[in-house]
Order: sequence, then structure tokens, then C-alpha cells
Amino acid sequence: MSGLTAAVEAAEVGCEVYIVEKNPYLGGKVTQINQYFPKLCPPNCGLEINFQRIKKNPRIHFFTMAEVEEISGQEGNYEVSVKINPRYVNENCTGCGKCVEACPAERANAFNYGLDKTKAIYLPHEFAFPMKYVIDDQSCQGAGCGKCAEVCEYQAIDLSMQPKNVKLNVGAIIWATGWEPYDATKLSYYGFGRYDNVITNVMMERLAAPNGPTKGKIVRPSDGKEINSVAFIQCAGSRDENHLHCCSSVCCLASLKHATYVREQYPDAKICIYYIDIRARGKYEDFFTKVQEEANITLIKGKAGEVKEDPSTKELVVIAEDQEAQKVREEKFDLVVLATGMAPSTAASKVPADVSYDEDGFLISDSGIYAAGCVKHPLDVASAVRDATATALKAIHSTVRGQQ
Amino acid sequence: MEKKIGVYICTGCGIGDALDIEALSKVAAGEYKVDICKTNNFLCGKEGVELIKKDIEAEGVNTVVIAGCSSRVNYDVFNFGSDKIVERVNLREQVIWCHPANDEDTQMLAEDNLRMGLAKQKNMNLPEPYLVEDMSKAILVVGGGLTGLTAALDAARAGYKTVLVEKEAELGGYAGKMYKQVPLKPPFTELEENCIPGLIKAVQDAGVKIYTSATIEKTAGAPGMFNVTIKQNDSTVQERVGAIVLATGAKPYDPEKLAHLGYGKYENVITQAALEEMAAAGKLEAGKVAFIQCAGSRDQEHLPYCSAACCIESMKQALYIKEKNPEASVYVYYKDIRANGQYEHFYKKAQQEGIIFIKADVTDISEEDGKLTIEADDHTMGTKSIADEFDLVVLANGMVPTAALGEVVQLNEPAEEEAAAASDEPKVELPPVIKANLLNLDYRQGPELPPLKYGFPDSHYICFPYETRRTGIYAAGVVRAPMDMLSAVEDATGAALKAIQCVEATAKGEAVHPRSGDLSYPEFNMTRCTQCKRCTEECPFGAINEDEKANPLPNPTRCRRCGTCMGACPERIISFKNYSVPMIGNMVKAIEVPEELEEKPRILVFACENDAIPALDMAGINRLQYNPWVRIIPVRCLGSLNLVWVNDAMAKGFDGVLLMGCKHGDDYQCHFIKGSELAEYRLSKVSETLDRLGLESERVRAITVSIMDYDKIPEILDKFAEDLEELGPNPMKDFQ
Repeated sequence: MSGLTAAVEAAEVGCEVYIVEKNPYLGGKVTQINQYFPKLCPPNCGLEINFQRIKKNPRIHFFTMAEVEEISGQEGNYEVSVKINPRYVNENCTGCGKCVEACPAERANAFNYGLDKTKAIYLPHEFAFPMKYVIDDQSCQGAGCGKCAEVCEYQAIDLSMQPKNVKLNVGAIIWATGWEPYDATKLSYYGFGRYDNVITNVMMERLAAPNGPTKGKIVRPSDGKEINSVAFIQCAGSRDENHLHCCSSVCCLASLKHATYVREQYPDAKICIYYIDIRARGKYEDFFTKVQEEANITLIKGKAGEVKEDPSTKELVVIAEDQEAQKVREEKFDLVVLATGMAPSTAASKVPADVSYDEDGFLISDSGIYAAGCVKHPLDVASAVRDATATALKAIHSTVRGQQ
Repeated sequence: MEKKIGVYICTGCGIGDALDIEALSKVAAGEYKVDICKTNNFLCGKEGVELIKKDIEAEGVNTVVIAGCSSRVNYDVFNFGSDKIVERVNLREQVIWCHPANDEDTQMLAEDNLRMGLAKQKNMNLPEPYLVEDMSKAILVVGGGLTGLTAALDAARAGYKTVLVEKEAELGGYAGKMYKQVPLKPPFTELEENCIPGLIKAVQDAGVKIYTSATIEKTAGAPGMFNVTIKQNDSTVQERVGAIVLATGAKPYDPEKLAHLGYGKYENVITQAALEEMAAAGKLEAGKVAFIQCAGSRDQEHLPYCSAACCIESMKQALYIKEKNPEASVYVYYKDIRANGQYEHFYKKAQQEGIIFIKADVTDISEEDGKLTIEADDHTMGTKSIADEFDLVVLANGMVPTAALGEVVQLNEPAEEEAAAASDEPKVELPPVIKANLLNLDYRQGPELPPLKYGFPDSHYICFPYETRRTGIYAAGVVRAPMDMLSAVEDATGAALKAIQCVEATAKGEAVHPRSGDLSYPEFNMTRCTQCKRCTEECPFGAINEDEKANPLPNPTRCRRCGTCMGACPERIISFKNYSVPMIGNMVKAIEVPEELEEKPRILVFACENDAIPALDMAGINRLQYNPWVRIIPVRCLGSLNLVWVNDAMAKGFDGVLLMGCKHGDDYQCHFIKGSELAEYRLSKVSETLDRLGLESERVRAITVSIMDYDKIPEILDKFAEDLEELGPNPMKDFQ
């Protein structure tokens, strides 16, 4: 969303813009979100408008399945080397979907955090832009199979496609590679990865999404059963000396929003949120007030210490110190949602240039190579868009200085 | 332009297998007698596109009608230059993917879609941009605090002439008076020197034209040609600018209203602003200090919202006290500590420095011998606590946007409202305006940016925080929403970019977001205007002013091209070159409505292009099947729905009309603010007409759908068709 915004905003000023995107589609993490807080509106609505803006603007060029390999030069004049990984599906693809019927191989659906499967040739998601299929070469059986190519009437499948390199000359670079959910398996005391019914907040988005693995029905992953109770554990990995030191800014509001998802489907379910502080800053306070009034949630001030599972029923027990009641609580739940925070993408994958990072790996913006959005700060969507819009102007400053 | 029409029917993706293409071609070549009609089994492939290009070059085709997939896909391959009209007829997502193959009803639907496309191109021309000589690209920034200075500097550095107006004699605003500031950069732990003096110098060096002790007396005109009257001391100056950044900031919440916390009663109960002054003057000496957070904020009796900056501002001030006197005891009474994001590091720093944070509700403050005592319900101890011997109690008293300070006025004149009530005509209620004396816009719809909740003129959209309701005017910083300094700095730069974008687009005659780049604009045939004022009242962007005789005075550069005025006009005098009442009317007329005996009802659907149309496409992509009697016409916004279309449809024998628009209410999703709501207002009028004609008003319905509601589309359409069957055929059919 930040990259898309920065690109569209700069192009609408009049700049030539190149978007380099790692995924086979544009839009990033927000494409996987069911609804935005506080309006509870679908991200695809705004994405659709941004894609329309791209479609109409000849100054925007984009590469999907692409990554920046090398950056040389300086502000006003960078040479960027971009590697484009093979999609194995060319521009002939009409999006008709015949290939999927023919494909015999399956892969875990990364878009749904592995909660379901797709064929090895797949459309990343139904709103995918560009609307072109893609082959996962890890699961594809290769040219020996070739069933998809046989049924394609438009010669759109090229199983021998090779990576390509493209060189771009640009005046400024905006690094907007976003965030990854903090790896919940590192929080071993919460049992993620060991207990089926402990999920993360990003998975909750997919469970609640009408185009998700359960068609929007929130159920226990262990057996697909309806739930009677759910716990949200805030700061799962955030505000923690052993994990992310900073606060991830959005998780409180995200869990409040998830409480509305659950309440809509389960009028009588028990919903508990274990928190340190509820950070519904600014006008988001209204949302906090509204959820407290309408969703009948229980707020427990205290960081959850441990989650245990009853192996026979797959029920979970959350053990936490309730600071206000001054006692340790043990409560049973059908589902536990970890409000895992935002790790900047640059914590794992660095910019191929001389740039600096803060203690959690967030990229520090500098003249010429600017950070925008969640790779710079943990931000909610509106703030990330604001930041990306601002960064577009900073990048324009670089091109102005470059001409002087 | 004389049109030379080429119709190209794609038979790929199963279209050729599911439809009788020959019959379809006959519609174009026979009924409509188009110049060229060709079919191809892979129109978006190289050969297909070449086929079209060859006809453009060799045959002079300038109007290309492509019948195949949705216009949401393959937009790039079917781009033949801005001097060609390209119309897409959807045969794939909205026909063969959601209706059975080789079926009479499916074929009829495909043929009607083609007829509609042909009727549409017939009634449409290439837009000609609205161009005015000598448009201004200057940027005006109102407010010379942190946000205003930043916006002005960033606009000037991008090469734009920039004018800055500040009410006070000195630049700097609230932040200018601070002793030090919260950290704005990693590691987010160290207090920073006040950046304002440096910023003022940079703004001066960048050549920004600065007016201090100045206010805006009047802002007339429109983007690219605002005429701004600036009052400085006793004289006035005119500036012509292209776009405006409103950065007038916020005021601290009035502490006089916080008597329950001892303000006004005890002189050592002070505000955050007073503490800054003491610190800046070097007079901050205290051994024991308490900060009370949310003094006014997060309080239904005062400010229901959180003021966003106070937690970290109090931490900063607590550190001032520690800096001066490391032995001092400093307590912060809070509800939640909102040190979001990387400010967590700052919170930790404050804790390391020995500042004590207590989650508590303060219940009473009293004084004895000049020392203050605080009673509170301590949530972490679960008990009542009493702490005494405080030298100072600092109230973190939150912020109120300057846009909220002023008289609230309702713009509908009472006489008009009475007249409207008397005539039974639904009247659109104009939102209230707060006369905050910031911009003094010469707009028919009021002198300031329309406020949202609590008076903040924020954008309503999460994805588009600068999607303002007054084109070319962008609010930034704490006037827009409560925020901390770091956010305000980013916000300022973002707003400067939007202002620059606006002047660039306006100079080319292009619309700004969300219809960015649209060159069309509404034209008024004034000879038939009856001065009914509907367009001037209903325009969501205040684009249309009025003269004394109530004639509309359009300002095309304020316009966002939604067509609400066109929908509102009962005389149908407003049209765009490529979007008009006759254009849609003729699309309706182009649809073949079978006679009653054929038992093939027809349902007309007007669908919003932004949400409903993509949702309908998604239904197709998911191969969801629905009733084949529906005929879908996309509209720019349901606000552009003119009632004559509904009347025409009913007179033509359609059995029902369905409007599919965006969600309205507090969390509305319409990017043209009230489109679907306006359409519903208008419908209430149609129902009366229908009742008079003896037609059931249930035949015309409005529903709201979001882009994700595609799975509900079959149910919606099938249910409507069922209900219509129960009502029986439209008796007007036989009069055709």
C-alpha cells in the first residue's frame, strides 16, 4: 500500500515511476486484510481505485515477481539492477483459468498463510492485479508434466522462462517493502505451531475474509468447529526485550476489530483481550469506545504468560497475571489469537545499498534512498499512506536537487 | 468528430462456444450498421490487437467497440491513443461466466450488452479539457507552526512559488514555544533541540513569501485560480494561488473546564503549555511533580477522542524535570500509555530515568500549604491511593482543532426548508459548517472545509487520507486530526505533495483523485435552467456557486467529475462530453424488452463503477450464476442517477429497476460522499410517481453493496426477480 501510494502520487505529479514488486501482484499486505479499522470497510475498494489510477497513467511502469539486486550511483542518478523472476505465464494470459483445471500439483496457499491449498498454477487472489496466473516452481512438476500448457489456447504458458535482468536509471528510490508478521514460533510459551488453535492476527484476517480458506467463517482450525470463546493476546512479540522492542502500533486496534468479526458471527461467544495498554490513539478512541459498547468484550490488563493445550479436546488455557485483580487467572478458550507485531521486512532482507537501520531493523530514511510506510515505522494503513505521500515529495526533491 | 466505428467481438475464453457470434455480429452490422464488424478468437493477443490497429490506420476507424472481457482487464493492450474512443462491452465476466452457455436468455443478454455499448459510443465524444490561461501553480500555506513551515518549505524546495500566512507576529506556533522537543528520529530516546528556529530560517532561505500578523479575509475562485485576500495589520493584499494547505493547528483544550482537577483553584495546577513556558524561561524548579494524562481527553464530558500527543509530551516534560533536578520525583497518572510505535523506546527511557507511571483514575486534587494532594483509584494496586507533597500538577489537557472553534451554522436557509417541507419534495440536508475564520471561502456551501466528527476536517478515507471535500485544499497536522509532531511533519509534506499534484493536474485540465486524469467536466445549458438550486446544494465538493438570481456558477477546477449535478438536475441541462443523461437514456432505450407473452421479464440495474461493478465482475470470476433478465448499466456514481432514466425504463416496460451503490451512513464508502444516499432520496420521489401510475413502488429499489459482497449478488438479483414475478409484468409493456 505504501509503495503503491508513493508511486501513484509521484506519477500524478508528473514523474516517471517504476514499481518493483516481489509478489506476482501489487497491493502487498493489505490485500490479505478482510476489513480496515475503524470503518470496517474492505481494502479492495481502495485498491481498485489505485489500480484504476495505474491503468490510466502512462507514467507508471511496474514489474511483478521482481527484486532489486544492486543499487549504484547517488541522489539524482541511481542505476538500479532489477531481477525479474520467471512467472512462467506470459502476457498472453487472458485469466480464463483453464490451466487450473488441468494442473495436477498442489501448493500451500501463502496468501491464506497456508490455511488451504491452490494448484501449482494459480491466480494469487481473485482481485489480483495484474489479473494473470502464475506458476509456483517449487510445486510445479515442470515441463515433463506440461498439462497446463497443453490446455492453454493462447500460448500463455512458458515453462522454460528464465529470470531476466532490467537496469533502471532513476533520480530517487523509495524503499517501501513493508513488514512481515513477527515469527510467532519464536514465542514458544504461546504454543503457536504446536497447538492448532493458536493462530496469529494475520491468519484471523484470512479466516474472517469471505474469500479466505473458510469463506469467512471463523472456526477452530483443529476441527473446523464453531467457537464459544476466543482470547486475544496483545504484544505477542512486541514491546518485549527478547523480541521486537518497539510497539507495533496497530495490534490493539486490529484485535478490537477482530472482536467485531467474532461478535458478528457469535453473539454469545466469550471474547477476552489480554493487554498492557490499549493504544487506540487519536480519533481511533471512538472505535475503542464503540467496540466496548457493542461487542461485549472483557479487557484484562496483564501480559499473558503461557498458553496450554488439553490434547484431548484441543482446548486452550491462557495463564496470565490480571494486574487489576492482583491474581493469576487461568481461563479456557477455543481459539487463541496472538497479536503478533510488525517486523520490518528489512529485519530479514537488507537494502543492497549503504543505508542504516534502527535496533529493530526499521530502515532509516536518507536523502536519495527513502523509507516509506511500515519498513520505516510500525504504522496503521492511513498513516502509512500519509507517510508514502510525503515520501513521494521527498523523492521529487531529490530529482529537483539532481538537476541543479 | 465524425465517427468511424469498428466493432470487434472476441470469441476467446469460451465466448465463441457459449454464444451465437453470428447473431451477435448481426446486431452490430445489421441493426446498428456499423462500418466494420470483425471477430477474432484472441483479441487481446498480438494478432487481435494488430487487426484493430490496421483498421485504425487503413480504414480510419476512430471509435473502437470491443466486445469481450471486462474493462478491468487488458486495459493496456486496448489503448489506441487518447484521440480514439474505446468502449468495452462485457461478454465474459458478466455474461458467459455467470449464465449458462448456448441459452436463449444468455444470448439475449449478450446482444443487449452490445446494443448498450453501441448506443453509448454514439452518444459520447472525446472530452476536451477545461483550460484557462495563466493558471497559478503557487501554493498557499495557512498557518506558520511546525506543520505549516514544513509544508511551505517542502513546496518551495520542489520548485513552487509558496506563500505562507501566519496569524501571530512570530512564526513557530505552539511548537515554537517549546523548550525542547520529543525525539523525531531513531533511536527515539533523546530529547531534541527545538527545530523551529532552523525551520524558519530554511523557509526564509527557500524564498517563501511570508505574511505574519495576517489572516485570510476571503478565498475566492478555485484550484489553479484562487484569489486570496490576506489581511495584514490594517491593509489587505491579494495573492493568486493554485492550491492551499490548511495548517492552522490546534489549541490546548480550555483548562478552565477542568476545575474538577483543581485548575483555576490552585495555582500550581498548570497545563502542559505553561510547563513549556516555565522550562523555556529556565524557571522550572520542582521536587515532586505529577502529570495527569487525559485531562479532558478520552472523556465523554469533554473531548471523547484521544489527543494522541500528550503521553509522549508528558514524558518529555517529565524528563525536563529530571534534567534540572535528578532527585525530583515525577509521577504520571494515566489510563493507557500511548507511546505507539518506536516511541516505546522513549517510554522505556522515561522509566529508566525513574519516572513512575501509575494506571489510575484521579478522583480528587486538594491543596494544603501550597502543596498538592492527589487521590486516585489505582488500577495496578487495586486500591485507593493518596499521594501528597506535590509542588506541581501538570494537566495533559489535549487539543482542539482550530477548525472546530467557531459558530456552527446550518446552511439550508429556513425559508427554503419550509418551502421544501410544504412541497413534499425530499430535500438534501447540507452538513453544518463551523465558521472558524480560517479560509473564509467564497463557496456557496460555506466558508470553511466541511468538518467531520469533533470538527476535524479530516478525510474520511483510510486509503486516501488527503481525499478532501474541497478540491485543492488540503488540511495537515493537528487541525486535521490529533497527532504527534513526527506525524505532523509527515502530514505536512504529504499535503504539500497533494497541493502540487492539484496545481499540475488543474493546469492540464485533469481531475484530481479519485478520477485522476479525467478530462471531462460538466457543461451547463443555462438557457433552460430554472434556478432550482439542486445542483448547487447537492454537489459534494461545493464546486457550484450561485449568483443573486440563483443561477449556478460552475467552477470546473473544483469539480471531481462524479456527475452528482447531472443526476440532480430536473431539467437535464448538465452533461459531460462522454457522460450524459441522453447517453444513459439511450442505453436504456437500446435494450430490447420482450412483450408480455414471451414471459421474459427485464430488470435494469444501475451499478456504481467503483464497488458494484467490480463486485459483479467478481461474481463472474467465481462463476456464480444469477438471473439472466438483468441488464447492467455502470454509472460513475449513483449520485449521477437522473430520475428520468428510471421513468424511461418503467415506461419502456422494464419490470423493475435496481440501484446498486456504496454503503452510506457514518462509515460511508462512497468516494463522492453521498452518491447512493442522494439516489435514495431521489427514488423516494419516483415511488410517488409510480404509485400514481398504478405501478408498485417495490419495482424500484436501491441497495448498497461493497466490493466484497459479490457472493451475495446472485441472491440479491434472484430475490428481486422473484419478487417482481410475484408482482406480475409491468403493465406498461403492452403500450410499447
